[in-house]
Amino acid sequence: MNPIFNDIYAALPEVFVLTMAMVILLGDLFIQERYRFVTYVMAQVTLLGAAMITIATHTSAVGYAFNGLFVDDPLSDLLKLMTYLAVSVVLVYSRGYITARGMYRGEFYVLVLMAMLGMMVMISGQNLLTIYMGLELLSLCLYSLVALDRDNARATEAAMKYFVLGALASGMLLYGMSMLYGMSGSLDVSQISNAILNGSPDHAVLILGLVFVVAGIAFKFGAAPFQMWIPDVYHGAPTSMTLFVGSAPKLAAYAMTIRLLVQGLQNMVHDWQGMLIIMAVLSIIIGNITAIAQTNLKRMLAYSTISHVGFLLFGFFSGTLNGFIASMFYVASYVLMTLGGFGIILLLSRKGFEAENLDDLKGLNNRSPWYAFLMMLLMFSMAGVPPTIGFYAKFAVLQAALQAGYVWLTVFAVLLAVTGAFYYLRIVKLMYFDEAEDHHAIRTSPDMALVLGVNGLAMLVLGIFPQRLMELCAYAVLHSVQ
Amino acid sequence: MDAIQQMFGPFWPLVWSLAKIVAIVAPLMGAVAYLTLAERKVIGYMQVRIGPNRVGYYGLLQPLADGLKLLFKEIIMPTAASKKLFLLGPILAIAPALAAWAVVPFSSSLVLANVDASLLYIMAVTSMGVYGVIVAGWASNSKYAFLGSLRSAAQIVSYEIAMGFALVGVLMSANSLNLVKIVEAQSGGFWQWYFIPLLPLFIVYLISGVAETNRAPFDVAEGESEIVAGFHVEYSGMAFAVFFLAEYANMILISALTSIMFLGGWLSPFPFLPDSALWLFAKMAFVLFLFLWFRATFPRYRYDQIMRLGWKVFIPVTLVWIIVIGAFMQTPLAYLFH
Amino acid sequence: MLNIQDIVFYILAAIVLFAGLRVITARNPVHAALYLVLAFFTAAGIWMLLEAEFLAIALVLVYVGAVMVLFLFVVMMLDINLDKLREGFWDYAPLAGFVGILMAAEMAMVLGSKHFGPERVPAPPVHSADYSNTAELGRLLYTDYVYPFELAAVVLLVAIVAAIALTMRRRKDSKYIDPAQQVRVKRNDRLKIVSMPAEKESVETPAESQGEQA
Repeated sequence: MNPIFNDIYAALPEVFVLTMAMVILLGDLFIQERYRFVTYVMAQVTLLGAAMITIATHTSAVGYAFNGLFVDDPLSDLLKLMTYLAVSVVLVYSRGYITARGMYRGEFYVLVLMAMLGMMVMISGQNLLTIYMGLELLSLCLYSLVALDRDNARATEAAMKYFVLGALASGMLLYGMSMLYGMSGSLDVSQISNAILNGSPDHAVLILGLVFVVAGIAFKFGAAPFQMWIPDVYHGAPTSMTLFVGSAPKLAAYAMTIRLLVQGLQNMVHDWQGMLIIMAVLSIIIGNITAIAQTNLKRMLAYSTISHVGFLLFGFFSGTLNGFIASMFYVASYVLMTLGGFGIILLLSRKGFEAENLDDLKGLNNRSPWYAFLMMLLMFSMAGVPPTIGFYAKFAVLQAALQAGYVWLTVFAVLLAVTGAFYYLRIVKLMYFDEAEDHHAIRTSPDMALVLGVNGLAMLVLGIFPQRLMELCAYAVLHSVQ
Repeated sequence: MDAIQQMFGPFWPLVWSLAKIVAIVAPLMGAVAYLTLAERKVIGYMQVRIGPNRVGYYGLLQPLADGLKLLFKEIIMPTAASKKLFLLGPILAIAPALAAWAVVPFSSSLVLANVDASLLYIMAVTSMGVYGVIVAGWASNSKYAFLGSLRSAAQIVSYEIAMGFALVGVLMSANSLNLVKIVEAQSGGFWQWYFIPLLPLFIVYLISGVAETNRAPFDVAEGESEIVAGFHVEYSGMAFAVFFLAEYANMILISALTSIMFLGGWLSPFPFLPDSALWLFAKMAFVLFLFLWFRATFPRYRYDQIMRLGWKVFIPVTLVWIIVIGAFMQTPLAYLFH
Repeated sequence: MLNIQDIVFYILAAIVLFAGLRVITARNPVHAALYLVLAFFTAAGIWMLLEAEFLAIALVLVYVGAVMVLFLFVVMMLDINLDKLREGFWDYAPLAGFVGILMAAEMAMVLGSKHFGPERVPAPPVHSADYSNTAELGRLLYTDYVYPFELAAVVLLVAIVAAIALTMRRRKDSKYIDPAQQVRVKRNDRLKIVSMPAEKESVETPAESQGEQA
């Protein structure tokens, strides 16, 4: 058999997603406005099909394809499955919102699928070249998605900021990668690692490259001091795009960090540990403190993202396998929480009205006790209140940091987490103890109601029974990272 | 010969190259001059006129008279023009038109530089011709000139894509980027020439060539009925003449390339006749005649029609035909190309 | 001893540096864009010296021949008020200069010839005369690196989709001609031949006759 077929077999989910994205791109041209539903269903079918392919081709061994440019390991399979799930939920939540705002077009689905393809490429990237290409594919789609609502000046501004800063970050990442290449003579992640292990490359140049690579990663995560784009983009973008930008790409960023820092540069762990500590601490401080002052819900969630990223980095800088597992668990739970949080905002928005201020949540309990309850679960989870999943996630990363000996940092993080709980609990107070200003009935489609309910309850269920997810993460990391 | 070589010593390669360049450029300039006469005569007869017939027999000295006239005319510099760029414009227009000839082969051995990537070189160099038009239009500081240069920029960039794709078909068939090898791959009689298997690409290339040189019916960049003379409206004297030279040199270049890539270059149409550069000249003359014929026959395209033709017709046609060629080359009949 | 290649290199390098400098210092954006064209073109010359003919020609073909043309196209039409853009330049200059110098110094410390000098980087192998850079590049792109190559194609596709999604707007008042419809037109759709008497019996109205007199 032609060896290319082996490669294609390994990358079958990517091939499938790309093919379907093209089919949707062309097929949508021939679909009338009122049958646009078909496009949506096709996008969901794509996700389902990709998930089935990923599961069907899963093995616990690490496989390489395309001359080592592509890796198919349990980590990539699990992260891809999470990505499909997140994107699928994004599509469910955003359908009503984009319909009301004239963005219910085939391009939306094509761009979302292409962005997802970018994430998949990043997740499976075993070479600086592929990681970078995946990143660019993802970023390009995200920029244009943010700008998709053309007449919205705020969204356009957000897209512009995102684009300029994103391009700068890509440039930095690329510069760092070129240094790594110059010193190790290879673009392949494992060969870079070998070259460093053998001690031939120059340490000073490697550090320079590392600084730029870490800066690029930090930007994609939105970790301080590279967090400036997060609040503006989250706030300015149409909420459905914020939902997308804020959720699934973090999974890809996690994969990128694992591939670059853990697999490629594990022998420089002492060099990047310090950088990550600074970023983690800064992120938690900036995120938690600034979020208190926000009156805009989307902005507040943006700062909350920054603080979550800080916690997530706690797992990384511990430099242990336990830490990476904890980080992965954190990313997964963060994505679930973000989806739910922005899902509620989308739920409260309607044609001509954006629910984005904290005051819009006032008295939600009177309007709909069920959604108020879901939002309460989500907020508890973000704050890290037991027995929600957020508590367990924070517990896991802090435990990993503690085991690695960072006692003071852990204490500090716990203190800031308590501070941060204030603004999450304020929302609970607004929902339950304040009078509603907005008395519109909350209307939604049954599929969104169902998914949102499951999403909210998952906070509780996964919080009480985190073992299964934790085991999955452990399985993925242990079988993929040596 | 050796004595001359001795005389120049280490500079000999330089001098020899220069001599070869002159040997190409001088006849080219002559050809340009007489192409203008041919154009006026051909179009004249097509319109049942006689054309120039006062200067010399049959007007044979007319181009010289025109050249002299232009040479002695004053170059008027518009007050508000950007002086350096205004003068740079004509140079940028003619330089690529001449530079491209470096790799054009007249026979299997008669070529200034037989480089492997000569097809790419041609595409790269001809793509720079547009700067002359743009710079001239902008530097003139005149609305008409500016409009002309904008039209030209958009048009040339659009048609370059179709042209490039047409050439992709050629290089796929010949399996080489070398113009000499491309011609040699077509040997064995006129039924081996690429214009038969690549007929759609040949037509696209020919028409795009007309558009690339801003010739009628694609001469919206000049469009004398709308924007006077387009990008060179402010030019006079020799500066204008240089634009004129560039346009005709480009025409001759396109005709040479068409002959080389689709009509078998210097190969004779029948195996029993000897190959010779004369065949190439004959083919070029035929293509040039087509250029003139187009001008006499077709009314000028409207601007949006030009864009539509380039983007919506030519590019899809070339893409489809590249796929057809690619698929064909996977079949057992692929040997027909080589 | 400088050989001819070195001399050519230094000349080209000097032109690139000069052009690059002028790109950021030229007061007129069109001039800046043209200097950028010069920089690209000369850089292609340097690549040619490195025996990367294909890349050199592709640089000219893509950047000089297409990208910069469209770039100029836009820049020429923009009405940029440079003085307004330059406002506040000197306010930020000290800080920006400080950061710039700092970065340059840091990079010079690391990236000097100590780490990247000729003794650290082995000389490239000398290729025989029939070595084809283009063919070699093509082989690599379509075999070893086919995956990123295809990804690059997808990125371009996304760029097209995104550009169209962001700019295409079906305005109701936009005029559009369908050439197929134009071609299908029959004579009878446009022209109606009505038989009329060759001469009309005209009755002169008083108003007309008055007009003629006046």
